[in-house]
Amino acid sequence: MSSQLATTAKRAGRRFLSSLPALFGVLVFTFLLMRVLPGDPAVFFASGPTAGKEEIELIRKSMGLDKPVPEQLVRYLGDVGTGNLGRSLTTGQPVLSDLRNRLPASLELTFSALLIALFTAIPLGVAAALRQGSAVDHLVRFICALGVCVPTFVSGLLLIYAFYYLLGWAPDPTGRVDIFTSPPPLVTGFLLIDFAVAGDWEGWRAAARQLVLPAFTMALFVVAPLARITRAAMLASLGSDFVRTAKSLGLPRRKIIVTYALRNAILPVLTIAGIVFSTMLGANVLVEKVFSWPGVASYALDALLSSDYAPVQGFVLLMASIFVIVNLTVDVLYGIADPRVSVE
Amino acid sequence: MNAFASPGETPLLAIDDLHVTFSTRRGLVEAVCGVSLQVAAGETLGIVGESGSGKSVTAFAVTRLLDASGRIAAGKVRFKGQDITSASSKQLRSLHGAAISMIFQNPRGALNPIRTVALQIADAVGAHERISASEGRARALDLLKAVLIRDPEKRLDAYPHELSGGMCQRIMIAMAIASRPALLIADEPTTGLDVTTQKTVMDLLARITAERGMAMILITHDLGLAARYCDRVAVMQHGKVVEEAEPRSLFRAPRHDYTKRLVAASPTATSKIADLAPSSLREGASDEAIQEGGANPSGLLRSARNDGEVKPAPGTPLLLEVQSLVKRYDGGVVAVNDVSFAIRQGESLGLVGESGSGKSTISRLVCRLIDASEGEILFDGQPIGQQAARDFHKSPLRKDIQIVFQDPTDSLNPRFNAFDCIAHPLRRLLAMKDGAALSERVRECAARAGLPAELLERFPHQLSGGQKARVGIARAIACRPRLLVLDEPTAALDVSVQAVILQLLDSLRREDGMALLFVSHDLNVVRMMCDRTVVLQNGAIVEQGESLALFRAPQAPYTRQLLDAVLHLDGPGQRDAVVAGS
Repeated sequence: MSSQLATTAKRAGRRFLSSLPALFGVLVFTFLLMRVLPGDPAVFFASGPTAGKEEIELIRKSMGLDKPVPEQLVRYLGDVGTGNLGRSLTTGQPVLSDLRNRLPASLELTFSALLIALFTAIPLGVAAALRQGSAVDHLVRFICALGVCVPTFVSGLLLIYAFYYLLGWAPDPTGRVDIFTSPPPLVTGFLLIDFAVAGDWEGWRAAARQLVLPAFTMALFVVAPLARITRAAMLASLGSDFVRTAKSLGLPRRKIIVTYALRNAILPVLTIAGIVFSTMLGANVLVEKVFSWPGVASYALDALLSSDYAPVQGFVLLMASIFVIVNLTVDVLYGIADPRVSVE
Repeated sequence: MNAFASPGETPLLAIDDLHVTFSTRRGLVEAVCGVSLQVAAGETLGIVGESGSGKSVTAFAVTRLLDASGRIAAGKVRFKGQDITSASSKQLRSLHGAAISMIFQNPRGALNPIRTVALQIADAVGAHERISASEGRARALDLLKAVLIRDPEKRLDAYPHELSGGMCQRIMIAMAIASRPALLIADEPTTGLDVTTQKTVMDLLARITAERGMAMILITHDLGLAARYCDRVAVMQHGKVVEEAEPRSLFRAPRHDYTKRLVAASPTATSKIADLAPSSLREGASDEAIQEGGANPSGLLRSARNDGEVKPAPGTPLLLEVQSLVKRYDGGVVAVNDVSFAIRQGESLGLVGESGSGKSTISRLVCRLIDASEGEILFDGQPIGQQAARDFHKSPLRKDIQIVFQDPTDSLNPRFNAFDCIAHPLRRLLAMKDGAALSERVRECAARAGLPAELLERFPHQLSGGQKARVGIARAIACRPRLLVLDEPTAALDVSVQAVILQLLDSLRREDGMALLFVSHDLNVVRMMCDRTVVLQNGAIVEQGESLALFRAPQAPYTRQLLDAVLHLDGPGQRDAVVAGS
């Protein structure tokens, strides 16, 4: 068992090292991409449309944009190496502290959405596989199709319309806590955890109420791939020889479905969940916008629209790093869930 | 152990006029049509037959483990007098494992890959009695000891992928006997295992069933296995039982035509190529294999008449010379260790050994599909070992060395019809253009391989196993190679199809003077097909020599062990009689 953990750790380490060149590539690529995109930040940040040439030139110099591109790249890489991601011109804050403030909001939303999605998708997929071709199967397929074909901003608005405007069950969709609740002392940045740590259950409930609608909106979109892969993997393992063996030995139905079929079927679900998580984190900008959620994606979008290089580069680097971390986590989980993986 | 249930006494299992149908896209297909069988307590019944004969379907119908598309259309299955044909799933659950249990082909696949051995055996015990986790582990250990696994304590926490196929089958047996069932159904339990492993697993099964007074149904395509281990044998063809008798009389004096053909087609220690499918039995036969033979029967009959040895004259130059060949894989695994042998022109050499002995690796090295780590391969005096395998297709010698692969299905491009499969090497290696010459050569090769010309338009999935094997052979001989490498060419085929294919290969060799490198795990086949034989173990040569001498008086203990594990239709001891007589 311990040797299995050791090989898993070794493999994770190797994966991490092999992902470093990719991270470096992302860094350089985003840098170059920002330079070729249309829009001149110096013009944008000049005092106004009447700004003179000299003023723009001055700003350009202060931003280091007058230097040749390779030199800018080297300086940028040096800055990143020392942990300096630059300063956002729109917020006036260092990008690193902006991201640090906003990332927990995005992560909390994405984690909740992923949990909701998994707890919906796995039972749906299992039910569909157990009754393949039945009404249940078709209903699940319908739900999945609906979830995929309705864009998140539409489903988000519909949910707001129904639960906030018509029913009044949800609080107004603005931010992470309503203005009457005082935020908890900062521990992790995850409000649900921080409120729980502080023992402020009133605040916890308020934060949870704010979280429910955006999380469900996001979950709706990813239930489909998770449920479909669960169904396919379940069908494969239900039809496998070892499930037939379990049946031939008279094992209880519940044990066959959960311990034999589902535990084997969960492996591909794990892989897809990792991919889905990374996608959600980066692509949830629409949800963040609709619910005025102070996350990193909406921050990066605002920066992009105003040709503010540093936050966009920082955001892309952050996403790439999270992608690497998520892959590593999936790898480690895979090693724990499937003993065959640790064999080299 | 009484072989026959005495009349009046209730048999343990009674199958009465069983019909099983499968719903397919082409409508209902009847896989089992009117099978009636009885098994007495403590008896071992063998069901033999070729693929598609319905023998496994019968077993799965008895245990009600048929696929969703299959169902029992008519008939009754009684266990201890009780009708279980329409038992509820709850009744079935108490029957499964506790009254009737099964062991399967492909033992590794039959075990849960992500659950330890101890837990899986404990699951099997716990299905029928309430036990704690520690009791389950103790029972698992007892059962592992009962199936004679070495170091049982160490195996408790192993996963199936860490164990050999034979060990996985022992664990499957442990699970099957965990709740002391009265009947064990073994569905091809040793197919895919090595001969020596097959022997130990079957001996174990025989011992356990005898000790515990269990009845067993042994389903197999191997007549030798049925002859050795069964009290009574039923032969199935096209979903019907065609003959049922005690093995000795059944195989000595088969009454039904199908049994006669099956017995003739099974290679034994004394049979010759010509005996496998004698023409006398072919008259009026409606079998697929025999029909397939119809395309070019004259060639086969010719070879059937010609019983003389075709040994190359002593002065024949060497065609292939393999010198101190070594193949190492990453991680230090040595698959082939210092192997040297030679093949003369027109000679056939057999490579035998168990899985992991390196025989397939050698065949691939000789074909230059993979690169050797050390050593040299000389073909016709020219060194060919130095040219990288990925560039060998450019070599002028590529067309002289061709290979027939083990799996006739996977080795054909599913998007190529038979014509294109056979034309492919002609187009690529001889740069022949489409036209009369190409199509004439393809037709000629197909005819040589016994493939009817009207099948050339078909795609692989529209051909039977034997027909696909013929396409593979026609493709390999298309460029008129001087060396044909055959990597277990008949391992995936039924015995009657194998018989016809072996005769075909033998006649090709006699008439075209091709040298053969014949890789096989079946010693009887190698003895018939090859002038000389090389015995491999763990990548090294144990023994090599003239086939007849080597099989009559093996020198190495390993060769003797392999020969002892070979099964004979007349039961054990027959080989000794043959050796003494000859």
